[in-house]
Amino acid sequence: MIKKYLPPLPQVIIIVFIIILLGLAIKIDIPASSLINDLFIRLILNCVLVISLIPMVNSGAGLNFGLPIGAVAGLLGMVITAQFGGKGLTGFLLSIAVSIPFAAASGTVYGHMLNRVKGREEIAATFTGFSIVSIMCLFWVVAPFTHPQMIWVLGGSGLRNTIGLRGFWEKSLYNLMQFKAGDIIIPAGSLLFIGIIIISLYFFSRTRTGMMMNAAGENESFARINGVNIEKIRKLSVIMSTVLASAGTCIYAQQYGFIELYSAPLMAAFPAISALLLGGSSGKRVFLRHAILGVILYQSLYLLSLPVANILLVPEMAEIIRMIVTSFIILYALAKKSEERGDV
Amino acid sequence: MRKFNPAPLFFALLSIIAFYYSDMSLLFVTNEVIIRIIRDSLLVFALIIPVTAGMGLNFSIIIGAMAAQAGWIFMLDLQVPGIRGIAGAALSGIFISFICGYIIGSYLNRVKGREMIATIIIGILGAGIYQFIFLVGYGTFIPAHNSELLLSRGAGIRDMVDLAPYRNIIDRLWLVDISGIQLPLFMFSIVAAAALAVKLILLTPAGQRFRAAGSDRVAAELSGINTDRTRIQAMIISTVLACLGQIIFLQNIGMVNVYTAHMNSDIFSCAALLAGGATIKEAKIRHALLGIVLFHSLYIVTPQAGQNIFSNAVLGEYFRSFIAYGSIAIALIINIRHEREKQGRLQ
Repeated sequence: MIKKYLPPLPQVIIIVFIIILLGLAIKIDIPASSLINDLFIRLILNCVLVISLIPMVNSGAGLNFGLPIGAVAGLLGMVITAQFGGKGLTGFLLSIAVSIPFAAASGTVYGHMLNRVKGREEIAATFTGFSIVSIMCLFWVVAPFTHPQMIWVLGGSGLRNTIGLRGFWEKSLYNLMQFKAGDIIIPAGSLLFIGIIIISLYFFSRTRTGMMMNAAGENESFARINGVNIEKIRKLSVIMSTVLASAGTCIYAQQYGFIELYSAPLMAAFPAISALLLGGSSGKRVFLRHAILGVILYQSLYLLSLPVANILLVPEMAEIIRMIVTSFIILYALAKKSEERGDV
Repeated sequence: MRKFNPAPLFFALLSIIAFYYSDMSLLFVTNEVIIRIIRDSLLVFALIIPVTAGMGLNFSIIIGAMAAQAGWIFMLDLQVPGIRGIAGAALSGIFISFICGYIIGSYLNRVKGREMIATIIIGILGAGIYQFIFLVGYGTFIPAHNSELLLSRGAGIRDMVDLAPYRNIIDRLWLVDISGIQLPLFMFSIVAAAALAVKLILLTPAGQRFRAAGSDRVAAELSGINTDRTRIQAMIISTVLACLGQIIFLQNIGMVNVYTAHMNSDIFSCAALLAGGATIKEAKIRHALLGIVLFHSLYIVTPQAGQNIFSNAVLGEYFRSFIAYGSIAIALIINIRHEREKQGRLQ
């Protein structure tokens, strides 16, 4: 019975690892304030992307390996807004608003597809995501965008690989209501914005639809007997996840300062999934606190490995550790899930 | 009843259209396709046995590919010249991929039913470990014998290493030229031998075990087959074959892009196999061979076709990666749906 209260193995390993890295960081005199500031930034970058996975998990549609679909919708919303001269905070909010219809439309089709491959969603979603990203590569080349800051200087057409958001809405949310407490920068506007998303998701889970969604994920046949239209509710959860993923992408680009097109969103699903799993959700339901804890753990690991990697004169090391950790966590979770279902 | 698989026809049609617009000479394309058959065949053959054993497309063949790269780097590090170097690279690659295949197979036994997504993630994990060994470890905790490989910072291997000591040793063996078409018969015989080996394996009792494990695991267990062991064997064979395939691939190219050469080898091999008419449940040598010809003809002509139609070569490149991803996605969705319908009928 004690076993039930122990945190899962990856979480233990990661926490031990973080403590070691933290010790190293203190030893090489990295100021705590800069670490906290960076953690806030990384939290803003990734939080909504990780949260976007939750509706699908809770409705039983599985981890959203098709997250790039939402990401692409977000990119589309941003380039359209930038093309028409969106600027500042309004530009940022507009980019989310513009991407929502695209995300909702593609989410509908994607959700329909996922209903047809029930039980094997992961692999089908992965390759649907890959396909969408690669066909959008064609779109970015031929789309009739004309804004000089977005298209290639030579040739005069085709969107650039990375579009700088300086002069558009770079860090507009980050700078909103930002204040300093000593050396620590508190991005109150961003935290408020993410907080609103979290609170509205929480209240959604309390509505009738939200409860039906959780019921569908927890016990499908029981929910079906009680009159829940499983296919419809799952599709709704996919749409929600896709829309949230597109909003998350807009927030990411705003904070990062660049829109990254072409193959950039290809692997976007894996770190987000890994962070959510690291949050330690047990069983079929995921709570918002799992997502937030997961992001904090996952990102502090990345953050702390950066300076250590630089000392070793191998700056790529942080990214390598992240790659190994990401895939290890997902593999662990896959095996654990199969064990629980009694497949072995 | 056999269902007609439209994939080969679709790819043939696309290739012909792209070839028409590319304005390339048939001779050039033929020679290129011959090179691709030699480079890619073994990597595609590597996929056949896991499919037969019911494990789906094995995306972790990139682990085998990385084992091959490790083998080459090992030989370059020790500076073993000539044919001995080639053999040494192959042997050390086989050794690594055998162990990796065993580990992957054992893991996949714990995630039955989701092997494909697992192999994708295993590929990422493997790439991470591979980068850690060669970008961080080489020159620090792994002693470097050949300073030419080392990055100037003293740790890690350079992005690109030359295989000059091994270039054209076996590629140009028994080279026959028939009115401009170059046929390297020695390399063809290697490909043919590998094809024959896979075919023979599938005809032996071991092959029947693979098939039994693939079609119905419970029935196979009841008839006394250890399916777990069978599946591990399938992964070992697949990984070793992929390693040999990458040894040939790199030897033919003549250099190793240490950190990128393995990338996409899984996707393009799977797409080629599916283009030849294979499914996720059934794959044969003829699917692999036909698929390589069709997929790579398309692969060769699309950039030029894109250049000529839209005056943009990069468009053709994006198009072909879309075709690769798209064909895998469609094959997956169709296959999973078929399976579910079958299950529904059984119930």
